[in-house]
Amino acid sequence: MKQYYSKEVIKRFLHPKNLGKIKNPDGVGDTENLRCGDIMKIYIKIIRKKGKEYIKDARFQTLGCSAAIATSDIICDLVKGKTIEKAKRIGFKDVRDRLQPLPPQKLHCCLLAERGLKQAIADYQRKKHKKCNDK
Amino acid sequence: MCSIHMKRIYLDYAATTPVDPRVVKTMLPYFSDKFGNTMSLHFLGQEAKEVLEKSREIIAKFIKAEPQEIIFTSSATESNNLVLKGIGFANKAKGNHIIISSIEHPCIMESTKWLETQGFKITRIKIDKYGLVNPDDIKKAIRKDTILVSIIHANNEIGTIEPISEIGKICREKGVYFHTDASQSFGKIPIDVNKLNVDLLTVSSHKIYGPKGAGMLFVRQGTKITPLLHGGGHEFGLRSSTINIPVIVGFAKAIEIAKKEMTLDAKKITRLSNKLIKRILKIIPGSHFNGPLIKRLPNICNFWFEGVEGESIVIQLDLLGIAASTGSACSSVVLEPSHVLLAIGLKPQEAHGSLRLSLGRWTKEKDIDYLLKVLPKIIQRLREISGA
Repeated sequence: MKQYYSKEVIKRFLHPKNLGKIKNPDGVGDTENLRCGDIMKIYIKIIRKKGKEYIKDARFQTLGCSAAIATSDIICDLVKGKTIEKAKRIGFKDVRDRLQPLPPQKLHCCLLAERGLKQAIADYQRKKHKKCNDK
Repeated sequence: MCSIHMKRIYLDYAATTPVDPRVVKTMLPYFSDKFGNTMSLHFLGQEAKEVLEKSREIIAKFIKAEPQEIIFTSSATESNNLVLKGIGFANKAKGNHIIISSIEHPCIMESTKWLETQGFKITRIKIDKYGLVNPDDIKKAIRKDTILVSIIHANNEIGTIEPISEIGKICREKGVYFHTDASQSFGKIPIDVNKLNVDLLTVSSHKIYGPKGAGMLFVRQGTKITPLLHGGGHEFGLRSSTINIPVIVGFAKAIEIAKKEMTLDAKKITRLSNKLIKRILKIIPGSHFNGPLIKRLPNICNFWFEGVEGESIVIQLDLLGIAASTGSACSSVVLEPSHVLLAIGLKPQEAHGSLRLSLGRWTKEKDIDYLLKVLPKIIQRLREISGA
């Protein structure tokens, strides 16, 4: 049967690899698309190796359409193992490229994933900063 | 997932219906054999003209109208555009005020938005939580310069049947034209244009097991209306275009079938939809029914589920071979949730989790049972994903 979405979107939607919360996450991104109402939570866990900070794990919870669930799962895949600096450079286009062909009205789901990740990183850096100041 | 063995269950009859095989059979000779132009003087043209008028009589009789009051169009959208713009521009001398409800079909909503850019004034009447228009609100909204009231007969998303006859009475007393869009109700509940007190009424063929590309507008004799399409003067000068005979013949056949089978269809569909509603509300926690449980079309069932998004329900159902629909913003190109669900008081996040299941002539008990088996699991799975 002909389907609305690409095989990759459907695969991610049905069997997301990165679903769920992280216990004691180092950063949480909690973002909502105010127009369509999708809500996405991105959790990240950070480790330090040789003076650099790496994203060890990333997971998500999303209330949204199939595409929003797929973009959440993809962005988690894309950031895992990356340094914070590299992860910050991951954008909606990187997400989109993994899900093509994506209906044009679903591009904002990729943006939502980018924003969720950026918020999670910002949350981590804010907490770290606060800890340093507290010390 | 093997598509060869996959089920195909259609629960989106409110979107469109399959063409009844009896209708297809009736249409076939009119493509390549009896293909004449109704305006031609020769035998092929006259043959086409004869079948056009016969079709007109069938539909006129069905809604208790006169044949010359039936204008064939290409769709309900066209009929509704013809009403709003045709009545609007023909009655400018009297005024420029039009009244509609807040739960009209997009073709009415968008046409009136456009009319506003042309200087018309539009009042959109609020409805209650069941989608019902209060006739008193119409009475209060009618002004000296009001030229038209247009209220949907039965809503396409939640199935609410409006008090058309009462509203029509008010409009008649006030001397204002009254139109109803009966695209969803026609062929499902009896329609008599005199009992409904309407001057104009829109009907669609593809919602009643007829072909796409055929619609109709009832225009009561003496109504002042101007055409959208000018040309050869077809359809009493109100809708020029070479007559699309095959689809009109099919439309008429679909009406003949509806005449005979409407009551039986409605009985079966009511039983199945009652079961569907009762079971869903019982077996799925956090599920809600949208719209009225009485005064509704029996074939349309609209729900919303807490902590899930409607588009992802529809896609999950699709993967299991079930065709359904949602009023969630995620399924629309403009990213707005259904204006109907918002108008009955649902919050955007509630409309976000909506699912419309609409039944029809070929819905079977085992289709409903299959849906009832898979839907709870889908909702549960999506709640796992959303963390709700």
